[in-house]
Amino acid sequence: MSTDTSLTTRSHQENWLPVLELAIEEVFQIMLGQRVTPAAPSDGHDPGGFTAMVGIAGALCGILTISCSKKAARDVAICMIGPEIADSEEQVSDALGEVCNMIAGNFKNKLSSASQSCMLSVPTVIKGEEYSYRSLADGEVLETVMLLNEDRLSVTLQLHS
Amino acid sequence: MDAIRALIVDDSSVMRKIVERSLRQAGLELSKVVEAGNGAEALAALGKETVDLILCDINMPVMDGLEFVKQLSTVENAKGVPVVMITTEGSETHVVQALSAGARGYIRKPFTPDQVKEHVLPVVGKKS
Repeated sequence: MSTDTSLTTRSHQENWLPVLELAIEEVFQIMLGQRVTPAAPSDGHDPGGFTAMVGIAGALCGILTISCSKKAARDVAICMIGPEIADSEEQVSDALGEVCNMIAGNFKNKLSSASQSCMLSVPTVIKGEEYSYRSLADGEVLETVMLLNEDRLSVTLQLHS
Repeated sequence: MDAIRALIVDDSSVMRKIVERSLRQAGLELSKVVEAGNGAEALAALGKETVDLILCDINMPVMDGLEFVKQLSTVENAKGVPVVMITTEGSETHVVQALSAGARGYIRKPFTPDQVKEHVLPVVGKKS
């Protein structure tokens, strides 16, 4: 699916959040064989044992992050490569980084105006919860929480204004 | 066609495993799988190994997939070896760049086993 959505004239939150959620659902369905569904945002802090991030540069500029518990990240890796291989934190990080990369790519490919003129960075993965980062992407923020079985996956797209 | 030797180039070891599994699911018998984490590692590997098929990502550190494909023509071992790109970069610009550089196929991530079958089997002389 490609969406002819202007980069400048529409509300990102209104028009792009469903596109982002579709991009996430497709990645999990096609590459992991798993169905994820949007969930209500929690009042508290979602567990963030692992956080993967991919930068987007070009006509669309920002950073996409996916954050989840250590258990959820391991489940992602198991779905991708099997339990016998996904036994190290390195493999778990690699798997979550690649999922983040595919979500970012799938999302931008659905925005016809962004697809032609955006590049993605290689993924970065942070382990642990005690961290903070500051992005120069100071514009609108799209946030969604998806459920993978009972685990919450928090996906955020911070856009440069 | 007999079993083939494949070179899989991707900075994600998880994705290399998935690509290998997808090739087997597509019906290819693999006698050897060589892995590389970027284009420079792949060029070095081709100095020591002969392969029949190359699957290559685009966004990688050190040397990206497009530069790797461009440099392949200078590698004696790789002359005539088909390259199929497997990447999150889905723009027509990237497709044209890859095909112009010498790639024979282009698969966008996320991909299904059927897409691998459709794009890879023809370039190694099998019907998809």
